[in-house]
Amino acid sequence: MIQIEKLTKRYGDAERGVLVLDSLSLGVASREIAAVVGPSGAGKSTLAQCTTLLERPTSGSIIVNGDELTGLRESELRLARRRIGTVFQADGLLSRRTVAQNVALPLEYLGVTRAGIRSRVGDLLDRVGLLDKAQRYPHELSGGQRQRVGIARALALRPSVLLSDEATSGLDPESTASVVALLKELRDELDLSILFITHEMDTVLAVADTVARLDHGRIVEAGPLVDLLRDPDSALGATLRPYRSALPAAPNETAWRVQYSEDAVPPNWIAELSTELGTPVSLLGASIETVHGRAVGHATIGLAVADAGLALAALRRLGLEGGPIEPAAAGSVDEAGPGIPATAVDRAPALEAAS
Amino acid sequence: MSAVLAVGPLASVTVPPLEIPALVLPALVDTLIMVGIVMAIVVLVGVPLGALVHNLAPGGLIEHRALHTALSWTISVGRSLPFLILMASIVPFTRFITGTNIGIAAAVVPMSIAGIAFFTRIVENSLRSVPVELVRVARASGASPLQIVTSVQLGEAVPSIIGGLTINTIAMIEYSAIAGTIGAGGIGYVAVTYGYQRFDHGVMLATIVILVALVAVVQLTGDRLVRATTPRARRDRANTPRSIPA
Repeated sequence: MIQIEKLTKRYGDAERGVLVLDSLSLGVASREIAAVVGPSGAGKSTLAQCTTLLERPTSGSIIVNGDELTGLRESELRLARRRIGTVFQADGLLSRRTVAQNVALPLEYLGVTRAGIRSRVGDLLDRVGLLDKAQRYPHELSGGQRQRVGIARALALRPSVLLSDEATSGLDPESTASVVALLKELRDELDLSILFITHEMDTVLAVADTVARLDHGRIVEAGPLVDLLRDPDSALGATLRPYRSALPAAPNETAWRVQYSEDAVPPNWIAELSTELGTPVSLLGASIETVHGRAVGHATIGLAVADAGLALAALRRLGLEGGPIEPAAAGSVDEAGPGIPATAVDRAPALEAAS
Repeated sequence: MSAVLAVGPLASVTVPPLEIPALVLPALVDTLIMVGIVMAIVVLVGVPLGALVHNLAPGGLIEHRALHTALSWTISVGRSLPFLILMASIVPFTRFITGTNIGIAAAVVPMSIAGIAFFTRIVENSLRSVPVELVRVARASGASPLQIVTSVQLGEAVPSIIGGLTINTIAMIEYSAIAGTIGAGGIGYVAVTYGYQRFDHGVMLATIVILVALVAVVQLTGDRLVRATTPRARRDRANTPRSIPA
């Protein structure tokens, strides 16, 4: 596991310098994939550089399996770096070396024997499903395949922590899906702690167990992915699964926005709600899916009820949270609470306009 | 050959056409020896020096502003002197090293100095074109600075350095001709003493043909080597010997 404690990185001096990371703390347990998201300039790449020990933090510590890695001398740092595998955005493969020779690089640096390298590289390529491409050159592979080679190389020295620095950015959806599937598989097989830094929200939904949102060098919101998605007040949850525009409610109805908040939401909840309230329920917009096998989602429905409290209680019994959308309150920033991401604010008025 | 006959009054001092090969071929061998020795020295010194300059620069692996400036200036001085002047100005140094100031041994010293300065810049420029992300990946993989230089920087730059080596070799053939004027021997010496000073157009023509052919062979060989060391440029992959993954 990896523990990042009070990590601070400042470029330049104390008065005029730029504070890129501000006392950031974050932990990734073994067999956990923790995503860190945030807008560009939030400090994501500096966090990556400090985590891989390529950049010295101003203060704070990086602790891998109980060993403090910051504050080491340069020669010790080189050894310490081997405990953290890194997958970069650009695959970083050497163009004049075959796939097998690229994967062998960290082993060569370490001084592993030729026979040892050969068997280890074979295992690694088998694991990432590229054994048949061992003698190919990087330019003969697709983007997704190259990134798989990058993953095999990152795992060569059997690290317990894998840092993925925008590893799926720039890949097509299919390649992204295959890389994500591979990372999850490896996490389970090798007990890895994976720190997944990205700006792609869709990928976070597919890969992360926990999510942290980085802004201005601080973690402004963090938690297990499903919890965030089920929390109606979570700005990060709203950013991860934004509301799309919904149909307008009929004149006699009020538009409600409801969100799955429990596992046990019956799939036919609309029918059940309709029966319970004795009034039809109009479906104006919805997005339901499973994340880690658990249902998450939200819907915009039209209800013609006089007593909102009654409807709310009925919704709660079905495992849903929500309430009517007041056109007057629409788009109000206060409603969402502080720390709301710009994207969520931007999207809210569009939704209200539609409903 | 008509040029030889047209000389008329000077015909007595021109080399008969059939004897030209006997004059020119040993000179060619001298040139090859001279350029060969010089290029060996140039590569042995220029590659490490180029890597050093590149990595002492800001953003390099062993950044050092003062050392970089000093080294860079020294190289620039070597680069800025016209070869004839460089050669003449270091005669005492040449005599100190080789004990003579004529002949192949004496020519090798100024040619090596000029060649090293040239090649260091070529290597530096080749290393600059290696993407910095590759260095970052190697550092994250636990490579030492020396391992990064050899496996990543020089390893990736091989085709580019070979291309530069070709240019450098051709420049050295040219320098060897200039060195010929102070009695270094070789094709240049023959061209100057027979072709220029004795108006022997036959010899002059022969040396020109040989120099053109020599440069063409060097260029062709260089181009082939660049292609062979660039996986993307290899057309016929099936026939390329594949090494066992190391």
